[in-house]
Amino acid sequence: MASEDLEQEIAHEARDDVSEQAFEGEFPICIEGLRNSFGEQVIHENLSLKVKKGEILGVVGGSGTGKSVLMRSIIGLQTPDEGTIEVFGKNIIGSEPDEEGAVRSRWGVLFQGGALFSTLTVAENVEVPLKQFYPELDPELRHEIARFKVVMSGLPGDAAAKYPSELSGGMRKRAGLARALALDPELLFLDEPTAGLDPIGAANFDSLTRELTDTLGLTVFLITHDLDTLYSICDRVAVLADKQVIAVGPIADLLKADHPWIKEYFLGPRGRAAQNLGHGMDKQGVSKA
Amino acid sequence: MREWADFTVEERGGRATLALHGPLTISSIGLLDRKLREFDGSVQAVDLSAAGDIDTVGAWTVWRFADQQKARITGTSGQADTLIAAVSEAASTAPIRPERSALPLRVLEDLGEKSIGAWDGTVRVIGFIGQIVRAAGSLLVHPRRFPLRALVRQMELVGVTALPIVGLMSFLIGVVIAQQGAAQLRQFGAEIYTINLTGRLSFRELGVLMTAIMVAGRSGSAFAAQLGTMKLTEEIDAMRTIGVSPMEVLVLPRIMAAVIMMPLLGFFAAAIAVVGGAVIADLTLGIPFLTFLLRIQEVVPLHDLWVGLIKAPVFGLILALAGCYQGMQVEGNSEEVGLRTTKAVVQAIFSVIVLDAFFAVFFDQLGWG
Repeated sequence: MASEDLEQEIAHEARDDVSEQAFEGEFPICIEGLRNSFGEQVIHENLSLKVKKGEILGVVGGSGTGKSVLMRSIIGLQTPDEGTIEVFGKNIIGSEPDEEGAVRSRWGVLFQGGALFSTLTVAENVEVPLKQFYPELDPELRHEIARFKVVMSGLPGDAAAKYPSELSGGMRKRAGLARALALDPELLFLDEPTAGLDPIGAANFDSLTRELTDTLGLTVFLITHDLDTLYSICDRVAVLADKQVIAVGPIADLLKADHPWIKEYFLGPRGRAAQNLGHGMDKQGVSKA
Repeated sequence: MREWADFTVEERGGRATLALHGPLTISSIGLLDRKLREFDGSVQAVDLSAAGDIDTVGAWTVWRFADQQKARITGTSGQADTLIAAVSEAASTAPIRPERSALPLRVLEDLGEKSIGAWDGTVRVIGFIGQIVRAAGSLLVHPRRFPLRALVRQMELVGVTALPIVGLMSFLIGVVIAQQGAAQLRQFGAEIYTINLTGRLSFRELGVLMTAIMVAGRSGSAFAAQLGTMKLTEEIDAMRTIGVSPMEVLVLPRIMAAVIMMPLLGFFAAAIAVVGGAVIADLTLGIPFLTFLLRIQEVVPLHDLWVGLIKAPVFGLILALAGCYQGMQVEGNSEEVGLRTTKAVVQAIFSVIVLDAFFAVFFDQLGWG
């Protein structure tokens, strides 16, 4: 086939609303004055938060402080009562559906349980966003991408042909991560990625997240309860309490804050244990270097 | 217009070099990938110095091509090096779907599977009925464990909430029987027999049969879907570990509710169908409403009512059994819930109609024709 014909054919198949340019600004996520409520119950009131490009931002907070609701608001699954949410500089509240592709093709989301499509194999799960946003890709290339993403997410290669019901909980999370990474997103949302994993699995998942962030230049929005994750891989931590983000910063700064919840969280028995471990790791790193 | 990645082949320093240009990202790689697949020359080097941004998909495309050609990759940025190293480590040739055998073999396999499945299914149905009998027995021994609240709740769901739809359906069926019957009977001046037709058909056959079909669609499917979802979310496993028998608290109340409510609903349906017939007779045949109802008493033998009332609980049992059995068989994924629910309804309606035919012969032999 002549080269021009091929080019025309591909241009014809391709969607015209996916983004080609990487985000150049400083803050891929910008939230101002967010308010969320369910009936009488107000979850967020005048909440503001900015996520820096290239960082892993850990989001912590007690149960019911609306961590998941915050994530759902950012990815457009929950329409807030008030406030603005800008992702890649575009306001995503009430955005036109045909503009959505430009934003949706640039983020990946890992839900708590993995949320894999149960009737598709792991590889087919990874291919779903590829087919959706880049229909012009050769099916063979799509299969190849699915295969290497599966391995990159820390699964054995032969897991690609398995159905989600044949996987363990930890493997399902990794498969979910593979799907979240399918489009080489600039922004990755992780909802409690290490919950329900054994400590070794959790530590592996943490280092995988860090490694991928550094290799692929991701920005990560990470909801977690896991203090070890916070200490070992997060650049900054945002604390949700009293319907707002009460503090954002590196853990070292947060330790100096005098909000009672922060104190109890980081300086409680579990916090101290994780802190010691974290410092231990630092020292190891230093001695190695 | 999107900027697609592309390439040129040049001679550089005595080596055939494939020089890439344009961004090597997922959104721009489609064209390059297809061209490289069709590329039939041979190169010794792949040069990235004129390429733009790169992501894992771009890195993969470059690495795969270079690996095939045994070519060197040159002119890479630090980012490209990292990504190419990462994808080359992650390369895998594992299949992406489970292996499937050849078609003739698969036909045989399917046939075997279906045969074994049919036998297994029969065994499981018998086992299921056995479990129900055992649960019923243990409730008889421990009457205090009887799930009365669940039973009442299910009776409400199966029976009371079905009244409006069953009523409307029966009314319309009564209207249709009377109207169509009258049209035929009029031809030999026997319009008055419209009353016999409507009354006997409603009480004997259609009231109960149509109600059974409606309840199978409403409640049989609900049983299958509820129990199936509870199996998927491990609720039923949780019950077992606490020592609560799912047969006693989930299956028995549903089956009992269907068995108890079906005769009531069937009678209600038949009565409303007669009312529907009376209304249409009043409007189009000139038979007064009350006369129609009074004649019903005279022309419908009592055993017609018994026929309907005896069939109803059997139909209820069948459709509830189908629903609960299919629900409890759900395993694996959410697709199975849908499949099992469909199966439950199809099996229930089919069995009800087959049984109805047997009943017709049976009652005829009894002399209740």
